[in-house]
Amino acid sequence: MISVEHLTKRYGRHTAVNDVSFRCEPGTVTGFLGPNGAGKSTTMRMICGFTPPTAGTATVESVDYRRLPNPGRRVGLLLDAGAQHPGRTGRETLTISAHTIGVSRRRVDECLDQVGLNAVAARRRVRAYSLGMRQRLGLAQALLGDPRVLILDEPANGLDPEGIFWMRGLLRDFADRGGTVLLSSHLLREVEAVADRLVVIGGGRVVAQGSKDELLAGAGALVRARDPEALRGALDRAGLPVRSSTDGGLLVEADPGAVGQAAADSGVALLELRPAESAGLEQIFLTLTANDSVREAVR
Amino acid sequence: MTTDTTARLDTRAPRPAADLAPETDAYGRPTLLRLTLVELRKLADTRAGYWLLITIGLVSAIIVAVLLFTAPDPDQRFENFFALSQLPVGILLPILGILLVTSEFSQRTVLTTFALVPQRHRVIVAKLGAGAVAALLSVLASMATAALGTVIAGLAGDGGSWSTGVSAFVGAAVFQVVNVLLGIAFGLLLQSTPLAIVLSLVLPIVWSTLGGMIERLRGAAEWLDTGLTTAALVEPPNPGDLDGGQWARLGVSVAVWVLVPLVAGLIRTVRREVS
Repeated sequence: MISVEHLTKRYGRHTAVNDVSFRCEPGTVTGFLGPNGAGKSTTMRMICGFTPPTAGTATVESVDYRRLPNPGRRVGLLLDAGAQHPGRTGRETLTISAHTIGVSRRRVDECLDQVGLNAVAARRRVRAYSLGMRQRLGLAQALLGDPRVLILDEPANGLDPEGIFWMRGLLRDFADRGGTVLLSSHLLREVEAVADRLVVIGGGRVVAQGSKDELLAGAGALVRARDPEALRGALDRAGLPVRSSTDGGLLVEADPGAVGQAAADSGVALLELRPAESAGLEQIFLTLTANDSVREAVR
Repeated sequence: MTTDTTARLDTRAPRPAADLAPETDAYGRPTLLRLTLVELRKLADTRAGYWLLITIGLVSAIIVAVLLFTAPDPDQRFENFFALSQLPVGILLPILGILLVTSEFSQRTVLTTFALVPQRHRVIVAKLGAGAVAALLSVLASMATAALGTVIAGLAGDGGSWSTGVSAFVGAAVFQVVNVLLGIAFGLLLQSTPLAIVLSLVLPIVWSTLGGMIERLRGAAEWLDTGLTTAALVEPPNPGDLDGGQWARLGVSVAVWVLVPLVAGLIRTVRREVS
């Protein structure tokens, strides 16, 4: 379990993280979403004791991370796959951690196997690894101590589609066996497929959080017609608010039944009509964070 | 009634494991011995580290070989072979100490190291231990090559005298441990490989030069110039045979050059935000 309460981090006059609170329960995958520079990594570093918070507390398994006697056996961390010594082999990287936390060499092989790094890859130096391989090595390192909690910062970066699919399965399985997972991403789609809960952060503040279903509910309907103008007219006549349009489709703040009825009343032929789901969440994500990310880019 | 409730609570709701975690963790914290062994492993498991260790070993062999070819027979003695190896090794060992610390920052492996051992001072103590072990091993390596040289000198000519005092070994061990610790201290304080290497080599030389040139500094230099204070540890005649005054001067110079940067570096590293 991870518990974050009112975490705040200021650097001089800049507030990187502002009063962030959330909880990650055992058996769930929590997606930590936000654009780059929103404060995801800073929050995660504060959870793990790398960055002292200006205010607030964070606990993992009910204690301050730094007070865990052997944190490698409780919490698996992957904060930056690039933070590996390029001169060490993959196996050596894991062996050092294994010695430190007191797990057997056999466990090193198991973890390498689990993340799909074969014997040849394990013998190569990390310098020769692709980003995807480094992510796999980082994940193997996180899993090494057979932890109950996984904290992963942008773990899908550099993974190919097959790798992303594989990682989703691994994280789902980890959570289903009672583990707690917190993973961050700036890509909604990546997190949506695996997360049970979402915490959306923008400009250092939590802008939305809840179960994925909660956040998806009331997202409206996505509708597409051969003649978009006619459709818009039909919706306007029915008094249904159109929230936005993307690639010819319209996002309507109404349930699909009402939208279908409006289209039928005006005799507009539809190509597609469905609950908005991800499109809605994407909209939430964009509107909640767009301003902040623009500000971030300008600063 | 009350006892009944308690009993029922105890059986029906065992405390979650998380509550027990801090005190009775089945997985205790790694011992300092374990951490020291890990740090020793880190000294040798990269190409740079591996070749630095090989070079340190080879330096003694080269010194011995040069003496065998160039020195007059009577000078081809165990004591000389051993003593003359100490200075070049003593230049390389601070670099080993520096790299043991700064490579963690430049390669950002601190992220893993401090994640697994959040009590950062324990990692630093382990690094000091590993550095000291490496220094002592270098002295053993020098002893071995010096012994080999003595055997060859005995076979090939009139040299090959084995006479030496235990104090020579003690002196060399102290000298090399101080060198490694100096490197670790500079590494912790500066947290940059080039800066730490340059300053750890240049500052003592600058200080020695100033001490030699400026009359008024001469008194202070006797206490603060490590080149002068450590000389008695390794230089013939009677290396390592220090009197009380010499030990005092050595202690003061080591406190200034090693202890002060070590404490400052420790504070800086423990407080530093790692990202």
